[in-house]
This record gives sequence, structure tokens and C-alpha cells, in this order.
Amino acid sequence: MKLTLNIWRQADAAATGEMRTYALDGVSEDMSFLEMLDVLNEQLNAKGEEPIAFDSDCREGICGTCGLMINGQAHGPEVTTTCQLHMRSFKDGDEITIEPWRADAFPVVKDLVVDRGAFDRIIQQGGFISANTGSAPEANSVPVPRDKALRSFNMATCIGCGACVAACPNGSASLFMGAKITHLGELPQGQPERDQRVVNMVGQHDHEGFGGCTNIGECAAACPKEIPLDVISQLNKDLRTALKHGH
Amino acid sequence: MTPVATHTSAPTLVKGSRAARSTITLKILMAASGIVFIGFVLVHMYGNLKAFAGHDAFNEYAHHLRTFGEPILPYEGLLWIVRVGLIAALVVHVASAYALARRASTARTQKYAVKKNRSSSLSSRTMRWGGVTILVFLVWHLLNFTIGKINPSGGATNDPYNLMVDTFDLWWMTIIYLVAMLALGLHLHHGTWSALQTLGLTGTAAARTRAKTAGWVLAVVIAGGFSLVPLFVLLGVISK
Repeated sequence: MKLTLNIWRQADAAATGEMRTYALDGVSEDMSFLEMLDVLNEQLNAKGEEPIAFDSDCREGICGTCGLMINGQAHGPEVTTTCQLHMRSFKDGDEITIEPWRADAFPVVKDLVVDRGAFDRIIQQGGFISANTGSAPEANSVPVPRDKALRSFNMATCIGCGACVAACPNGSASLFMGAKITHLGELPQGQPERDQRVVNMVGQHDHEGFGGCTNIGECAAACPKEIPLDVISQLNKDLRTALKHGH
Repeated sequence: MTPVATHTSAPTLVKGSRAARSTITLKILMAASGIVFIGFVLVHMYGNLKAFAGHDAFNEYAHHLRTFGEPILPYEGLLWIVRVGLIAALVVHVASAYALARRASTARTQKYAVKKNRSSSLSSRTMRWGGVTILVFLVWHLLNFTIGKINPSGGATNDPYNLMVDTFDLWWMTIIYLVAMLALGLHLHHGTWSALQTLGLTGTAAARTRAKTAGWVLAVVIAGGFSLVPLFVLLGVISK
């Protein structure tokens, strides 16, 4: 398989980047998208050129580290992470444009690597429950209804990759926050900090410079974990409840 | 290996966040004021259909709007109560839309070279320009029939029914109104669902489907209902 790749190159956070074109031959359709980039980087290394920096870790689709904008779609044309995207989703002779996530809250560190520290800071503001450690309580002492447990678990599959922000025309992180709010809000353990959680997380979200949600739905379509739009409704409802409670 | 600058500014954790100052509160204000408008356009559309009942019925309806609630309310009393409410809703709706649109434009200053839309509807992507279109139309519409009473055909302006027929007898006036109704229909299609979602009323897949259906129904009924009168004037069914 022969490909033409248009890739964003940027030396560091302060530099101005540009799109550069690379020709790559001998790509197997069984390669993952990141393995295809590995092949390109080996060739660049051999030529003494700076390899293309991109994030990856588990390469199993579960850690949320990788994430590229591929031909204008976050994580490319399939509903999966970039590492689980395979070259069989492309054709011989294809031209592929690869860009980093674009959001001012996710500044480019280098080439295709962005700093998603903003998500960590949103989590620091309430994406947790406070509990005493040391003596694990009996798990069955706090009953959780099955439907609530299921919804909570489904939303906990969010890996914080940032595809929702990347796909959103407003650069909003509402789907990410909604997933966390729903995941913790469905459980009894999440109740004591529920109001404060939504207010602080949204406060940090706004402070980071993410945009507001316009319920367009691009985020849910791009989400590799298929987090549905109704978590944003839950986020809004929790915020409205906190407002009513005077937070 | 050359050193790499990883940050351009120091990140901070905010303290003392307030729900009332969040972007979601701005959205809730947009949703609530939008629902006020939905109620208004429904009633307004129903009133316009009086044109099919003829000259006297239409004018009597227009006059009755002014004497509604008399003698407890003064002449045009109810009308002014509604107008003040609508003006307040308009200020809230436009101001929060402006604030949110500005935020969105600064949230991604470096645009994508290639960006595809995967699932968003045309109506959802045209909310901002559609809103501006409706606002511009509103100015003309009020000059035409309420504040200015401008008769584009040059005839009399003291008779609501005749002013309406004179206006829509001009094909280009009908076109302007139909374009505005297209903008309104698109705005209602996304706006209805979006308002319900913003108010946190679409927590399940079934509720989401219902909200989207409500958007379709309101868009077709309201924009379609409004369009009937100018179309039937142009076709000569409604005439002086």
C-alpha cells in the first residue's frame, strides 16, 4: 500500500508549525495506524531527520493516550482509538491528513503531541470520591441498583482521550465531564460531593478555555467508547440542581 | 536531542467556582428564553391563520389582542406585558448566544486543515447565522407590520388585513418571508432539542429521541403554518 501523508510538524510549544507531506510505500493493511507511523519514523531516522512525535502507550485501546485527527475525524474513520485503527480502513494511493487535537486548552507540545493536563485539572476538581483508606469496607454493605450500576460502569469507560474536544466545533469538554459526573453521580458513594463536584469541574473547564456545548453531537460520534449524549443532559441537570442548592 | 518547550503558560486550579457564573448557566438562560419564543411563535402562527377567515375576522382578532383583559387591563395592556417579556427574553437570548459564540471562537484559534462532520445536523451547524438572520428579519418584520407600518406596495397602512395582503402580493416580499421561515424552521429544529437537553430533560436514549421528534414537529408546524398565509396571498386565495 502506497500513501501520501500530510502531517503537522511543530518543533515545540512556542514554535509555529506547518503541514509537511511525506510519501510512504510498503504499508501493510494489517498494520495499525501507529505502526504505519512507526515505519515512517524509522525511515526518517535512517535519513537523519527528526522523527514525528506522537503519543501512545498501551496500544490496546484502553489507556486514552493516543489520539490523532485523521482526515478531519478524531481517531479516524472507525469508532475506536487511533492505536486500534488499522490500515485496512484505507486504500492504496490514499492521501491522509494527520493533525493534533486542536483546542487552545490542549496546547501542542510537539508535532502531534498535545498537553491534556487540562483534563487532569478538571479531574482534580471533583472527578473522585473522598473515602478513608486502610480498611476496605464490606462491598455488599452499600447496595447499588442494577440499572444505576450499569449506567455508572458504562460511563466509567471514558478513557479521557480528548476526542470529544477535538471533534467539537466549540472545543467543549462537556462529554468528558458528563461521563465523569454520571459515572460518580449514579453511585451512593458519589452523593456527598455531588453538587460541589459539578460546580468545581465546570468552573475548571471554563477556566481552561474550553467552549460551551451546543448539543451538536459530534463528540458522541467521535467517542471511541461510545459515551452517549445523555451524559451532557445529566451534567446540565446536576449543574441546575447545584444552582438550586445555592452552590 | 534539543530541549523542547512544553508550556507557554502556567496552569492553575481555580477556587471558589460558582454555578451561576458557569457556561452551563448561560446555556440554561438561552434554553429558557428560547422556550418563551417557542410559546410566542406558536400563538402568533395560530393568530395569522385567521387570515383564511377573511378581512373582518382577521382585523377583529388584531383589535381583540388590544382590548384583551379590559376593563381590568388598559387598552393594549396585555400586549405590552407580553412585549416587555419578549424583549427581556430577546436580550437574554442574544446576549448569552453572543457570549457563548465568543467563547467558542477563542476555544480553537488554530483551525483544522481538514475537518469532517460526522453526525451533526445542518440545523445545528447553522444556529448562529440562522439566529442572526432571524434577528435581521425581525427588525424588518416589526417595521413592516408593527412599528413603522410600511406598505411596500405604497397603499394604505391603517387596515391590518389589507396591509398584509398588499405586502404578500409582491413576490419578492413573499420570498423574504419564506427565507425567514426556513431560518426559523432550522432554528427550531435544533433549538427545541437543544433546549430540552440543556435543561437536563433528555437523560435516556428514549427521551433524546422524543426531544428530537419534538424539534421536527415544532419546526414543521410553526414554519409551515406561518408560510401558508404569504403563499396563499401570492396564489390569490387570500385577497382583498
